[in-house]
Amino acid sequence: MTDLTSLTLADARTALLEKRFSSMELTGALLSAIEAARPLNAFVTQTPERALAMAAESDARLARGEARSLEGLPLAIKDLFCTKGVRTTAGSRILETFVPPYESTVTQNLWDAGAVLLGKTNMDEFAMGSSNETSYFGPVANPWRADGSNQNLVPGGSSGGSASAVAADLCLAATGTDTGGSIRQPAAVTGTVGLKPTYGRCSRWGIIAFASSLDQAGPMTKTVRDAAILLRHMASIDPLDSTSVDVPVPNYEDIVDAGVKGLRIGIPKEYRVDGAPPEIDALWQKGADWLRAQGAEIVEISLPFTKYALPAYYIVAPAEASSNLARYDGVRYGHRARDVRDIGELYERSRGEGFGQEVRRRILIGTYVLSAGYYDAYYARAQKVRTLIARDFDAAFAHCDALLTPATPGPAFALGEKTQDPVSMYLNDIFTVTVNMAGLPALSVPAGLTMGGLPLGLQVIGKAFDEAMVLRIGRALELAAQFRVKPKAWWLS
Amino acid sequence: MSVDRKTVLRVARLARIALEENRIDPMVMELNTILGWVEQLQEVDVSEIAPLTSVVAQRLKMREDEVTAGGDAAAITANAPLVEDHFYVVPKVVE
Repeated sequence: MTDLTSLTLADARTALLEKRFSSMELTGALLSAIEAARPLNAFVTQTPERALAMAAESDARLARGEARSLEGLPLAIKDLFCTKGVRTTAGSRILETFVPPYESTVTQNLWDAGAVLLGKTNMDEFAMGSSNETSYFGPVANPWRADGSNQNLVPGGSSGGSASAVAADLCLAATGTDTGGSIRQPAAVTGTVGLKPTYGRCSRWGIIAFASSLDQAGPMTKTVRDAAILLRHMASIDPLDSTSVDVPVPNYEDIVDAGVKGLRIGIPKEYRVDGAPPEIDALWQKGADWLRAQGAEIVEISLPFTKYALPAYYIVAPAEASSNLARYDGVRYGHRARDVRDIGELYERSRGEGFGQEVRRRILIGTYVLSAGYYDAYYARAQKVRTLIARDFDAAFAHCDALLTPATPGPAFALGEKTQDPVSMYLNDIFTVTVNMAGLPALSVPAGLTMGGLPLGLQVIGKAFDEAMVLRIGRALELAAQFRVKPKAWWLS
Repeated sequence: MSVDRKTVLRVARLARIALEENRIDPMVMELNTILGWVEQLQEVDVSEIAPLTSVVAQRLKMREDEVTAGGDAAAITANAPLVEDHFYVVPKVVE
């Protein structure tokens, strides 16, 4: 029954309700696939016993005709979501043995809907990275390789384990988090669908914090419909997160097939960057043509402050991270240095040993830009630039319903290719980061392959709380692109 | 603006992060690369612009000031590396 693993969330849901197979069978097939895919290193922690127990309970409910909306559907969870009684590491040595005594709101919502936990996925340490190479638990391999090549490529980041697990059929769907592109960039380079909702749509409670004004959880799936299904159950209005917004959660699935006829789609001219491969521009043009062919109107719009989003982000995000990560002190939880003389040395060595290179670098940048005498020049200025970026989008949305852009400046790259120069790594998020700065929803949808056979994605950006529109347009792109290719399962040999 | 070795050590001290000797010079270089790159923000005229403090137009919610959780010292200290009778253990702070 190996083909069970390639099912979409929507199809598996129907099949379970029709009792064509059990959740135990489906869960078992996925657990075997995870076991056989160890070379991908997509999981930090596997939870087979819990998965089978949850599946058994789901089968009992299905038999009684008491199925909840995600009954018996096995998911992978990024290791940034706290899961009660299951180790949660954030990809860091400092949390190597941390077992949360509580559950994140997003994952609790999923279990309350009947979903099954397969395990916790690998990620860049504290979600800081675009290639999953900063994880303390080792890099993740992208299931995709270039035609005729046996070189491992990165799965993007920071939700690289989730992206790899979805692309390799190790789970029906996964959760991710996105602070500057960490759902959409890995989705794009693994041929999967990734949605970053509006800031405030999903509760951040129980998600290990990186940059609190930017972090947002979202679904990573095989299809746009699956993203609609999963988002509905991840999203909630949560009294435990004061930034969770009181806007009702619609049934997104009802809207995905509404089509794009009569919609106005904006093409931001500033997203044409020098030095981007011609394939990116060509795919973007194709995407616009697909939407036009389905009845949308394409309009050119301008977002003049686009080029300042990434540098402003690399002030705001590290500043917030330096504050959020101050809690790791070697006392209350996490790694503690041995043989220290005093409390100062305990803090400095616990943190020095517990955090990896990229995390230390970002904490130092953040501490510097917030330090006395530099605050106005860096942090205050970056927050003002952020206002200009948000205004750009407001002005653009006066002329269109949503925007279409490339998702990444290129396909997956080789391990180690960009680790020497931090800025070259940061540039991977050039098309995704603007959206986080303005708090907007955006979707990456697989749209085609490069000449070398690697997936590329297109991005749809919507107005605040208009995930429904983003999903609708994403579905139209998916229909036109007919992206059906799967990576060859080289990890089985 | 660029940072030197002394500044990096001062910032590392502020952040309470120990840096190995052989990581200090590379860190000086990396921070300067990043700070050099964000320097382009100086081109933007922000004199009349207010900083963005919230991306979503919403008033923060109020709730009753009451105890909603807590009282479980065992769960709270369960992950601490060193605990005695539900107290965190640290090196001596006051002589």
